[in-house]
Amino acid sequence: MNSDLIERDIDAYLEAHERKSLLRFITCGSVDDGKSTLIGRLLYESQMLFEDQVAALEADSKRVGTQGEELDFALLLDGLAAEREQGITIDVAYRFFSTDTRKYIVADTPGHEQYTRNMVTGASTADCAVILLDARKGVLTQTRRHSYLVWLLGLRHIAVAVNKMDLVDYSEERFHEIERQYRAFAEQLGLEEFTLIPCSALRGENVLERSEAMPWYDGPTLMEYLETVEVDQERMQDAPFRLPVQWVNRPSPDFRGYAGTIAGGQIAPGERVVVLPAGIESTVARVVTFDGDLELGVAGQAVTLTLEDEIDVSRGDMIAAADAPAPVSQQFEATVIWMAEEPLLRGRTYLMRVGTAMVPATVAPIRYKLEVDTLEQIAATQLDLNEIGVVHVELGQPVAFDRYLDNRDTGGFILIDRITNHTVGAGLLMRALPRSENVRLQELVVDRDARAGLKAQRPFVVWLTGRPGAGKSSIANALEARLFAAGRHTVLLDGANLRRGLSKDLSFSDADRAENNRRASEVAHLMTEAGLIVLVAFVSPFRADRETARSLFDEGEFIEVFVDLPAEVAAERDTTGLYAKAGTGGVINLTGVDSTYEDPEEPDLRLDMTAVDVEAAADRVLALLSERGLLS
Amino acid sequence: MREVVAVAENPVMLYSIGKDSSVMLRLAEKAFAPAPPPFPFLHVDTTWKFQDMYAFRAQMASEHGLNLLVHVNEDGLARGINPFDSGSVVHTDVMKTEGLKQALDKYGFDAAFGGARRDEEKSRAKERIFSFRTVQHRWDPKNQRPELWRLYNARHRRGESLRVFPLSNWTELDVWLYIHREEIPIVPLYFAAERPVVDRDGTWIMVDDDRMQSRLEPGEEPELKRVRFRTLGCYPLSGAIESDADTLPKIIQEMLLARTSERQGRMIDHDESASMEKKKVEGYF
Ligand SMILES: Nc1nc2c(ncn2[C@@H]2O[C@H](COP(=O)(O)OP(=O)(O)O)[C@@H](O)[C@H]2O)c(=O)[nH]1
Repeated sequence: MNSDLIERDIDAYLEAHERKSLLRFITCGSVDDGKSTLIGRLLYESQMLFEDQVAALEADSKRVGTQGEELDFALLLDGLAAEREQGITIDVAYRFFSTDTRKYIVADTPGHEQYTRNMVTGASTADCAVILLDARKGVLTQTRRHSYLVWLLGLRHIAVAVNKMDLVDYSEERFHEIERQYRAFAEQLGLEEFTLIPCSALRGENVLERSEAMPWYDGPTLMEYLETVEVDQERMQDAPFRLPVQWVNRPSPDFRGYAGTIAGGQIAPGERVVVLPAGIESTVARVVTFDGDLELGVAGQAVTLTLEDEIDVSRGDMIAAADAPAPVSQQFEATVIWMAEEPLLRGRTYLMRVGTAMVPATVAPIRYKLEVDTLEQIAATQLDLNEIGVVHVELGQPVAFDRYLDNRDTGGFILIDRITNHTVGAGLLMRALPRSENVRLQELVVDRDARAGLKAQRPFVVWLTGRPGAGKSSIANALEARLFAAGRHTVLLDGANLRRGLSKDLSFSDADRAENNRRASEVAHLMTEAGLIVLVAFVSPFRADRETARSLFDEGEFIEVFVDLPAEVAAERDTTGLYAKAGTGGVINLTGVDSTYEDPEEPDLRLDMTAVDVEAAADRVLALLSERGLLS
Repeated sequence: MREVVAVAENPVMLYSIGKDSSVMLRLAEKAFAPAPPPFPFLHVDTTWKFQDMYAFRAQMASEHGLNLLVHVNEDGLARGINPFDSGSVVHTDVMKTEGLKQALDKYGFDAAFGGARRDEEKSRAKERIFSFRTVQHRWDPKNQRPELWRLYNARHRRGESLRVFPLSNWTELDVWLYIHREEIPIVPLYFAAERPVVDRDGTWIMVDDDRMQSRLEPGEEPELKRVRFRTLGCYPLSGAIESDADTLPKIIQEMLLARTSERQGRMIDHDESASMEKKKVEGYF
């Protein structure tokens, strides 16, 4: 800090200070890479410490320090140590210092197991990252992990502090070797802007002061880097206008304003805007603030907008530029970072906070999880603490959003457990899913596999066809009893029962028979969707109709069983008395008597009912089902 | 602040009359303009504040039309708790911490804005902006939520509450500069003036009213000194510093060149070496 100016001309100093920009950065490193020492030194050398703090530091350094008579800067940062003892698991500490040109907020995350969630939290508000590594160890798995995470969170400015150069004799060769290693990895990731800085946090070399021991290095010191790196906030002013409505301000009947922080772009009175997700357009009347109306509001400012038209706008809506509106969707592909002990489960519903909206969100399939260290994609059905996955999410209602890549404030979200209210995950919206994928998605949220899985079985249909009186119903009953006894969830659709209910409006004309068949097929299909094993006992005389039924099901899930009893034998046995009635004209169109039955050409199973009885027939069906693996 | 007002059922702003409260009041006016801040202001009064502070509080309340609630722990008063005989720790614990819990329960507030900052003390560096309290007002370290982007999760069950610290990311310098830029009124005690003080254990304590007068120890003779205060609390517990800084730029100048931190003037930290952490668990702020 420029204490000269402070002493000489405080007003000039204050004026200069007003113009300082703010840079937020995150430091990442593994335990013992020297992170605390580095941050402590930044605080110390930028004179952010008071005498009493320095005195305490000196005393502590003597008492518990690791540096002998020297100051142990790491002791300035003990906040997290205490926290660790208390078993806190999510911890990011924020520290502050300033120089003549900038004010800094450092997000400091300890390098232990909880790293992913801490780092993601710290990185979410950072403009830039400082990744530490130990010059003796070079680019380690952790370095890759840290780089990947800051890259994922959208940080595009990365300084890699190659620390402890004093322990490798300030070797230029070693530094270049590390640089080569890092470059190779960065290319794989698509990381473009990064700067490697050889330094020694302990000795203060290339931190603020340029190192005399490394004359071969002509790049910036760490501080020079931080002083000059571009600040994100200014970039967002060029994005399309976005205002997530945080609060509706209605102090009196004649004022209705929409308060929020501008998440992107700029806005002026007279500009056309659209309220999303409704899609209603209007014109900005005023950009209101306590200090008077603004001619121009820009990203980062907290303002209150009034509109020309009286339209319905509430918290959770987004006001966006009419000529560059944000997309609206209800289904997304997103990257999720899981932050809770309880795993993220497919099919579970959470609350999603995106922009200012809070909506129920169900995680549909987890497409894959990412092995952060190798960037490998692995199939997964759940995400555990600190895991990262790409998932499909379905919301309870549509929301306006941007891709995270385009706008962090309208594309980042958190997931909240509905029962504990804890924040359990963070996510980045990648894209809305097109409608075709949506339909699939809706099925998949709780789909037939999920339902069947709950019942521990495979759904399928046994379609028993044959002439009236052939024994279809009896066989179906016997079969169901066996399946039931084996713990299967079944349902039986009997032609006679269907005729009394669902199809009671139908006659026995050919057209109505076809319709009856269609209804039975659809019902059977719905039942398999429910995860059930469906037994259909249905005359279904026409081949075409049975083929239609078969076409509704997946290969192998439609078992056609021909219960074969010739018409003469059936009439003779006449177990149901129908044939007698038909003979006296009581039943019209009794299949096999006065209308046709087309024998199946290639049934999955033919039961010769002149040779086997009902129980034996049921056993044979069961045997076939086992054989086909349908009961495993 | 808008976020809290949008999601909390019954928010309140803790108003301690100090400079941070002055800044918070201004921010609240800005956040909700043209509406007035849509919540009451609560002062948990220990009855030992400087006379200047009470006068300032009355002035602010009338000028800004604040819905100001003042709560005193009557039980503590009845027990005769005071900073002289009870010691700063017990006094603060009973009159401030207990008093605050009583007031929050009495009015059923589920969210309270406070002026604490992360730069005040190293253990505060990781405090959340939205900090959760159990039904018993305790700070459960395991129950705190990660804060990503600008997305705050303020959901809580009935009886649970949150403390919200909008100034978390401000530094002491930021606060002073903001007061300067925005011309925010603050209690005159922050500015240097001649004041009657006594030297007690190396700290200048102001003789603010006759309660102090009557407790002067043998040999203690109030003397007029040009002093000011860097932090304000209960006057018997607030040390003054000798200073000529009678304008904001001078105060800021002095602060920037100062070699001791703000907390030095707070007796409470000297009294007990217990960490802020512990106080927080007990509900101190
Ligand atoms: N020789 C050397 N030692 C260092 C350097 N930076 C840190 N250290 C030491 O490495 C150890 C771990 O440092 P610390 O800052 O606590 O690491 P952290 O776990 O990343 O915060 C301490 O003993 C430091 O003194 C450096 O540049 N050179």
